[in-house]
Amino acid sequence: MNYIGKSNLRVDAYGKVTGKAKYTADLAPKDSLIAKVLHSTIANGEVISMDVSAAKKVPGVVGVFTCFDVPDVEFPTAGHPWSTDPKHQDIADKKLLNQRVRFYGDDIAAVVAENDVAASQALKLIKVEYKEYPVHTDARSMLNDKDAMALHPNWRKDNVIAHTSFKSSDDFDYDKAKLKAIEEYGEENLIEVVKNVKTPRISHCHIELPVSYAYVDSNGKVTVVASTQLPHICRRVVAQALNIPWGKVRVIKPYIGGGFGNKQDMLYEPLNAWLSVKCGGKPVILEIPREDTMIGTRTRHPMDGDVRGLATKDGKLLCRELKNYSTNGGYAAHGHSITAKCAGIFQNLYKNPLGVNSEAWTVWTNAPTSAAMRAYGVPQAVSFAETLTDDICFKGGFDPLKFRLDNLCDENLVAGGVKFYTYGLKKCLEIGAEKIDWYKKREAYKNQIGPIRKGVGICSFIYQTAVAPIALETASVRMILNQDGSMQLSLGATEIGQGADTVFTQIAAESTGISPDKVYVISTQDTDVTPFDTGAYGSRQTYVTGNAIKECGLLLKKKICEYALLMEDEDGIKGKKLEDLDVSDNYVIDKNTMEKLIPLDKLSTTAFYSFTHNQHITAEKTTDITTNTFASGCTFVDLEVDMPLGIINIKDIISVHDSGTIINPALATAQVHGGMSMSLGYGMSEELILDPVTGKAYNNNMLDYKIPTAMDSPDFKVEFVVMKDPTGGYGNKALGEPPTVAPAVAVRNAVLNATGIGFNEFPLTAERLVHEFKAKGLI
Amino acid sequence: MFDISFLYEAKDVKDAIKKLVENENSEIVSGGTDVLIRVREGKDAGMGLVSIHNISELKGVSIENDGTIVIGAGTSFHDITNDDIIKKYIPSLAEAVDTIGGPQIRETGTIGGNICNGATSADSASTMVALDACIVLEGPEGERIVDIKDFYTGPGKTVRDRCEVCKCFKIKKENYENYFGYYFKYGKRKSLEIATLGCSVLVKLNATKDAIDDVKIAYGVAAPTPSRAVSAEEYVRGKKLVDKNLLDTFADKALSDMKPRNSWRASKEFREQLIKEMAKRSLVNSIRRAGGKIEYYV
Repeated sequence: MNYIGKSNLRVDAYGKVTGKAKYTADLAPKDSLIAKVLHSTIANGEVISMDVSAAKKVPGVVGVFTCFDVPDVEFPTAGHPWSTDPKHQDIADKKLLNQRVRFYGDDIAAVVAENDVAASQALKLIKVEYKEYPVHTDARSMLNDKDAMALHPNWRKDNVIAHTSFKSSDDFDYDKAKLKAIEEYGEENLIEVVKNVKTPRISHCHIELPVSYAYVDSNGKVTVVASTQLPHICRRVVAQALNIPWGKVRVIKPYIGGGFGNKQDMLYEPLNAWLSVKCGGKPVILEIPREDTMIGTRTRHPMDGDVRGLATKDGKLLCRELKNYSTNGGYAAHGHSITAKCAGIFQNLYKNPLGVNSEAWTVWTNAPTSAAMRAYGVPQAVSFAETLTDDICFKGGFDPLKFRLDNLCDENLVAGGVKFYTYGLKKCLEIGAEKIDWYKKREAYKNQIGPIRKGVGICSFIYQTAVAPIALETASVRMILNQDGSMQLSLGATEIGQGADTVFTQIAAESTGISPDKVYVISTQDTDVTPFDTGAYGSRQTYVTGNAIKECGLLLKKKICEYALLMEDEDGIKGKKLEDLDVSDNYVIDKNTMEKLIPLDKLSTTAFYSFTHNQHITAEKTTDITTNTFASGCTFVDLEVDMPLGIINIKDIISVHDSGTIINPALATAQVHGGMSMSLGYGMSEELILDPVTGKAYNNNMLDYKIPTAMDSPDFKVEFVVMKDPTGGYGNKALGEPPTVAPAVAVRNAVLNATGIGFNEFPLTAERLVHEFKAKGLI
Repeated sequence: MFDISFLYEAKDVKDAIKKLVENENSEIVSGGTDVLIRVREGKDAGMGLVSIHNISELKGVSIENDGTIVIGAGTSFHDITNDDIIKKYIPSLAEAVDTIGGPQIRETGTIGGNICNGATSADSASTMVALDACIVLEGPEGERIVDIKDFYTGPGKTVRDRCEVCKCFKIKKENYENYFGYYFKYGKRKSLEIATLGCSVLVKLNATKDAIDDVKIAYGVAAPTPSRAVSAEEYVRGKKLVDKNLLDTFADKALSDMKPRNSWRASKEFREQLIKEMAKRSLVNSIRRAGGKIEYYV
């Protein structure tokens, strides 16, 4: 391969480093009006009345709009492909502004003004009268209150968005399996661990805030320029919210400064569009401050799971169970899909010879809405599964590495239509163990005493590359050959900072034979121009869109070769057949002899301007990918715990990924670095904390919410187990989200190895460590 | 855009005072790293700002003939950390202000603002309290000098009047000569952080470096204002370094002098543990810097 597997410089590197690259807020017209949103100061109840008279009098205020003014339309916000089957459509439970308040920070009014200060002053002058209802900020407390009021009575009376049970067989029951195990092995030969694990509410912390500007163009089209991961879905949702035809909406997506799944939901784009319409179509910009972003957009689901697992005393895992209560917050957003994905990974990560039950509830609560965040329920899944494994190993005296090699799922796993077309999980474990010097360190760290102790830990994972067959995996690509033999590459898949444009360029170059410097990827998506793609989510684009690019590229190449055959006057063309030709390094070549026949610039110029064979060579391809392959991997950590201060010092950390062919090693390594950092935040410091009584967040700002800084980050080491996957365009599998799955739990397991304490509440903050160490008399 | 009624660049201290007197709804801004945040949050929205940012007489560090170190209130954290006088005589202050925020904050934030903001968490405060610094204020009635122990009146509150400009801090020779110090900032992360607990210790050993002549220990965030642990200081004076109970008793006494509270940021139990452990480690580090030998596991 010529261009795959090379560490090409990012195509947008210079623009982004020099600050020339334009983001949404850079592009807004200078005369844009400024919008700001008023948020509720109660977590459950109703807005009875609003007095906006003082707010309207502030000089510069153009309009004040309240929950009593918006269309009576509830719309879905999830960035899922639309389903034509009403039963599979996302729950539509949110209005542009909400009179029925479901969480502290709900959107209840908006101000549009000529400047920022006037808008802020007007917000403060709006007087709100509420009727308040009792507050339940987490799933269990909501379910435990039998009299709890339904937050969305039109959808569910009991606030349960969904309750599912994934079992190894319909009649599986953990207690019965345990009885069977006792009969077979004897109770004294079994190890059981029963516990509860809690995971935190996490904020995505993308650098660019949610921002959009909207206007109605001179032909009446409602236009939204937005920092979104999925412009085509955004168009559909804006139209649904405003109750206008989908084609009446145009969404444009410039460069965006990160999304991590938060911008996989439609956040404020529909409200922004409506405010512009209400202001006569004038451009209105709406940027959500960080404090409001952290509570008013989306978060990772806090999950609270009861876990059980049974193994024999010689280290054979028998059966497991998870009962997981997932806090979804005030609105459904992605519904049950994240908790369901968590349940599936818990179920399938290990072989369960006596069976498994993975049961889950997703519950509406009076809390910020939980939805997609990088790795979509899988960080929680391994928090349940991989802490259970290490607790079993600790209790049974098993080596956690050997236990995993013996009991992890193997290459035969088939789950919901997803399978390992290539399997590298155990190879990843072997490489990681060697790099961290696993067995030697396990031996060295035995029987430690004193206040500073060392430990090593592992966490492994599996990860579905795409969303098929549960959801549609469609992608469209268009290639247009220019007069000089270069090309435009236009796609609906989005660059969101992850490097997609660069990887797309390499795949286009590989499949067409046009070198990457002559592939001009159009980074901005415009739904009026750009072919359809559902956008950046899951870890799908390099796999799904990558396949579409490859097929489109092969089609373009075929058209180029066909045209070459028309250029009979060129040396070496006469007598050639289509199957003799190929394109390589910007030449049509004879693939048998590798002889260069026609340079592409000459061919293209001829095609454009020929009187006899005039052609504009383009290709367009839509693919619907129905295969889905598991990626996998693991993280190993070596660390030191300073017990009197509760400080974890990571000495060495390595992640090993089975992600198929690596299209661009430098970008892939950077992707893993970012994921590891994000996981360590989840594992050690990040949690958005709510007052359980009022539902108000304590720490919705970047000072009190402890995302790790560069100073907190150890040197991240990365290895890849490369196997060419037959289903990936060029052998590639998921790598977008997997890096953020394992490191946190590897740290937790290393702390167990170091101190003998297995922590079951993430993150492992110093305060939690000190509390446990004191309780156990260790400090 | 900030919601402020005006921004006035004062030419000198007297000009600033005049402007503050003339405008009741105005306050001083220096580096802006606290004031502008309050304006953005809406707490100080609509106020007029009198900037002392460009007054050169407020910047820089000097040493007087009697050895008194004078730190201009408008000196940035970065400039304090890199100042030769500070590095030579009170390096633990250089270290303390180097833990504040990140590089950008340290470049613009000033020690005057850090102290006058009145926060118990201010990283310069516990070291300045340990150094027994004096604060020189000038207002419409003229100049006055306040001992730092009398300066703080409550969380975010000081004796400084709105119209008084903090001009400089003075540290007498007797308060730093032969003292060796250590500042321990405990945060939940290693930068861009406000201290969960701050502990500043200054130690003077005897001539043979086997006993303690004097110790000063001050905490931030262990009480509503930056505070000295007086009974810990008293206990430890004259003690031999080989004394087995030295560290534990010092830590217990320090804890008894503090009033840690329970909040979502940190539990009382956690703060108490930190107060004790940080007392020990700060003392140990100071003793070692002073040339003494003491055993501890870190």
